[in-house]
Amino acid sequence: MSEAGARAAASQAHQQDWARLIATLTRRFGDLDLAEEAAAEAFATAVARWPADGVPPNPGAWLTTTASRLAIDRLRRENKRQDKHREAQLLYDDDPPGPPGAIGDERLRLIFTCCHPALALESRVALTLRLVGGLTVPEIARAFLVQEAAMGQRITRAKAKIKAARIPYRVPSAEDLPARVSGVLAVLFLVFNEGYLVTGTGPDPVRHDLTAEAIRLTRLIRALLPQEGEVAGLLALMLLIEARRAARVSPGGELVTLADQDRGAWDAVLIAEGHRLVRERLAAGVAPGCYQVLAAINAVHTSAREVRDTDWSQIVALYDQLARLDASPVVALNRAIAVAELDGPEVSLAAVDRLAGPLAGYHAYHATRADLLRRLGRSQQSRAAYDMAIELAGNAAETAYLTRRRDQLG
Amino acid sequence: MQYLLSVIDDRAGYAPQEDDTAGSATPQEMNALDVFNERLVADGHWVFAGGLGVPDNATVIDNRGAEAVVTDGPFVESKEYLGGLWIIEAPDLDVALKLAAEGSKSCNRKVEVRPFLSE
Repeated sequence: MSEAGARAAASQAHQQDWARLIATLTRRFGDLDLAEEAAAEAFATAVARWPADGVPPNPGAWLTTTASRLAIDRLRRENKRQDKHREAQLLYDDDPPGPPGAIGDERLRLIFTCCHPALALESRVALTLRLVGGLTVPEIARAFLVQEAAMGQRITRAKAKIKAARIPYRVPSAEDLPARVSGVLAVLFLVFNEGYLVTGTGPDPVRHDLTAEAIRLTRLIRALLPQEGEVAGLLALMLLIEARRAARVSPGGELVTLADQDRGAWDAVLIAEGHRLVRERLAAGVAPGCYQVLAAINAVHTSAREVRDTDWSQIVALYDQLARLDASPVVALNRAIAVAELDGPEVSLAAVDRLAGPLAGYHAYHATRADLLRRLGRSQQSRAAYDMAIELAGNAAETAYLTRRRDQLG
Repeated sequence: MQYLLSVIDDRAGYAPQEDDTAGSATPQEMNALDVFNERLVADGHWVFAGGLGVPDNATVIDNRGAEAVVTDGPFVESKEYLGGLWIIEAPDLDVALKLAAEGSKSCNRKVEVRPFLSE
């Protein structure tokens, strides 16, 4: 096999096997640090050896064997020095390792441990991307505009707390599962959103690597917990947003709103998959959670061939349903945006203005007002609202869009 | 594994008083605490528990130098202070957090969960 082929095989194995490898090693050796080091070393060995030796017939098994051997070597070296210390730091794991086939379960343990609520949210995100996603520390640091050393510290500290406070390495009990699953989904949605609307004035308005990673991990959780409706809901939501990525930013680097997007540029395959998931949840006949309702709202948008075909009454009804689950002012703002299409900008503006208190510092509140005021011909007020929105917007493409709209005002 | 559950008092109404009862539990809270403590004993989690007097009655002593220096009052003045504590035995943090949640409910105060060094 060519060198390039071997390298591609190693990279594919990394995508497929990293989380499984970390999970298996953690289960076997009771130590996240050791698992991470041994897995990283095994992949480095693969990259070094496969081009010359050829890709092994079963890359996953080769990696497990290699990493286990590396971990044992490391343990032997360390045990000579600090036998008792290592013993004391074993992860708490209250049932014996399962049969080798129960891989799904192993990865779930890893995910739930990385997303434990006793860890700070930013640590959960970092730990999940490192241990489940296999991103390197420099990659994660870049994605969140944090110094590499600081990101490394964050991950190290989180792992230290897992050990010292005995955060258990297991899947939560059925009684705790819904709350804990929603904690995992919050981490994944945060990763997705950071990729979707990059904060800061960096050159890339959309970070495809982060959205893709969030989708990949959500797919993994979906495969592991197929009966959890909110997992399917979040996956559908991400797919339907991701499907519009190509149409969302103009070649000039400006945000394109949903109404102005070239719907032909939407990804039909992702939309079909998203719609399938939404239909699956509807058929389940179980009261949906927030992600499922958000996915349904997006499915109404992606079902419309032209923006004028959009079923706005359906969208407003879904926002009503969402508001009952999540009484946040942001939901109320999005509902008001849909109301503008159904009942006109004046009705909508009245609803938006009622949100002035809680949303005064939120750029989308001012951008919405600016647009409604523009449609009502109140140019001067619209301009002031655009100014506020531009000042608060954190994303380069959005700033470019808002600036043009403001400058187009008569 | 043992955890320290610190009861954090942050009641705004707290003011120094003649006796040592400011900030201590109401009869209702005491009842809830008794029920909770009995359960801790019955389920094998109990190691120790106790309520503390107000921080004003604390004395700090520093004998690192040539002479012991005695200071009236707590070592740090803050709006939040330690009102009491439990030491519990729990197999892992999830169990400790569950117990702390019940403890917080029964004494109507925030609770910090902190592991003891395991060696």
